[in-house]
Amino acid sequence: MSTEALLLSLRLACTVSALLLIVALPLAYWLAFTPWRGKFLLESVVALPLVLPPTVLGFYALIALGPRGMLGGLWQAIFGHALAFTFTGLVLASMLYSLPFAVQPLVSSFESLDRRLLDASAMLGAGRARSFFRIILPLAWPGVVTAVVLSFAHTLGEFGVVLMVGGNLAGITRTVSIDIYDRVQALDYAGAQQTALFLLVVSFVVLSVVYGVNRRVWSPWANR
Amino acid sequence: MLLVQIEKEFARAGTASFQLQIHETFPPGFTVLFGPSGAGKSTLLDCIAGLAKPDRGKIALGNEVFLDAERGILLPPQKRGIGYVFQSLALFPHLTVEQNVAYGISGLTNVECQRRMERVAEVFHIRLLQNRKPGELSGGEKQRVALARSVIKEPRVLLLDEPLTGLDAGLRQSILQDLRDWNATQQIPILYVTHNREEVDAIGDRVIAMVDGHVRERGMPREVLDAPRALALAQAAGFENVLEARVLELRVSDGMMRVALNDTDCELEIPLGNNAIGHKIHVAIRAGDILLASRLPYGLSARNVLPGKVESLETRGTVVSLEVNVGVRFVVHVTPGAMRSLELAVGSVVWLVLKTHSCHVVTPR
Repeated sequence: MSTEALLLSLRLACTVSALLLIVALPLAYWLAFTPWRGKFLLESVVALPLVLPPTVLGFYALIALGPRGMLGGLWQAIFGHALAFTFTGLVLASMLYSLPFAVQPLVSSFESLDRRLLDASAMLGAGRARSFFRIILPLAWPGVVTAVVLSFAHTLGEFGVVLMVGGNLAGITRTVSIDIYDRVQALDYAGAQQTALFLLVVSFVVLSVVYGVNRRVWSPWANR
Repeated sequence: MLLVQIEKEFARAGTASFQLQIHETFPPGFTVLFGPSGAGKSTLLDCIAGLAKPDRGKIALGNEVFLDAERGILLPPQKRGIGYVFQSLALFPHLTVEQNVAYGISGLTNVECQRRMERVAEVFHIRLLQNRKPGELSGGEKQRVALARSVIKEPRVLLLDEPLTGLDAGLRQSILQDLRDWNATQQIPILYVTHNREEVDAIGDRVIAMVDGHVRERGMPREVLDAPRALALAQAAGFENVLEARVLELRVSDGMMRVALNDTDCELEIPLGNNAIGHKIHVAIRAGDILLASRLPYGLSARNVLPGKVESLETRGTVVSLEVNVGVRFVVHVTPGAMRSLELAVGSVVWLVLKTHSCHVVTPR
């Protein structure tokens, strides 16, 4: 098993899930509470990565992040190099790819909150920020855990997008799933087996956490 | 004084939308909003609280304007200083009783917070519950906590949406007394929504009866609920017998009219209404206002004596509810003692005795 690839994957997954949470919380809040009728359009956009082949997503990401793409061009003007085939580029593409996995659990846990609790909070003088941090976030806690865990696991296992955007640069963009693919190509089945088993175990643990949390096994206020 | 002059289209489950149209002022003290469910009572409270937006109109407390649709003024709920206890109570399940109650006063100094906590804990008898979560409280305890949480901010208006539903009469009285004690010093308008007749009697103050988004009657409980003039109100006020009838004869000099019930030959003498011969009306009669006799009574002042047969008989607590068929089915309430001394059973032949003024004419709308 390649430790370098493993560490890179973990670094990528941690960065992506942390950044995604920051992006997904306000986005999910807006999607859950806006009265705007056209919000289904944005919901569709957020859900696109679920149905698009990773290569399609990767292709557009590659174009956008490359030196002639909008984002890549801007980045090049500031930092002197484009985003394709860099770790930063990989983070951006992965965030896009895992967006629905972070947003959807948050939206559904926000939507399942009793609206009267938010009304009560407002009647007691709390503004939006206070209601969010004192009422919404603590009560939507299983949704937050699910969002983080799913985006972490999904990023850890992605393949198509990484291949398209990141290529296969050891220590920079060669993640575990690329590493497995490489080893199989090189007929190193034993090495591939080790890494594959590792990913299998991680995925199982992650899903157990998600399902356990959603049954409120570990909920600090299971008593309600 | 709380002034409310609003209009709003509101959706009601299963039916077309309705117009809420209210022009009222609410003085300090209790005002009961009574009416069948779907009458718009909760929507009215939401509009006053700022949680729902009326289409037109004005809401003001003294000189302070909460809403003026024409001038484009709309104060958010946070700035209105209103206490609101929802039907669901909406206690925060993850916070303790103490945290729930103190939620609205975080901006105050520690000393002031302490002082107010002490006072509401005293008045609403929740001192021993402070460290529990709402999930560990009984229904009555939750209701006390919800009341304490909304009054600790010392609101200028208190809105209560069926806050004491499901409590037994004794507990309800004691919580109501707590509220009265608290308001003795505060002197703010308290709007109390209910569709429970007993609660109206228990509060005993000014009643506003709403039907289909409009105020139909206002006054003291006896005036409003003992002679309801609207069909929906009669049903909500617990008139067990609401029967269709056709006017047969008007005796203007006697102040009464004769009607036939449900197009049968079963006739009643009832107080004169604003109706013409042949008009269809509804007659509302409380089950408890009907007398039962096991033999044909004589020498009575009551004008309506109808022979019939007991069809069913059910004891509910201290009341026996009977269905008596006199050509039309009447629900009659008697005490268990009366049932025993009259030896009532299914199939018994009885006479129903109804005073003219126990029969109330109601109109469908």
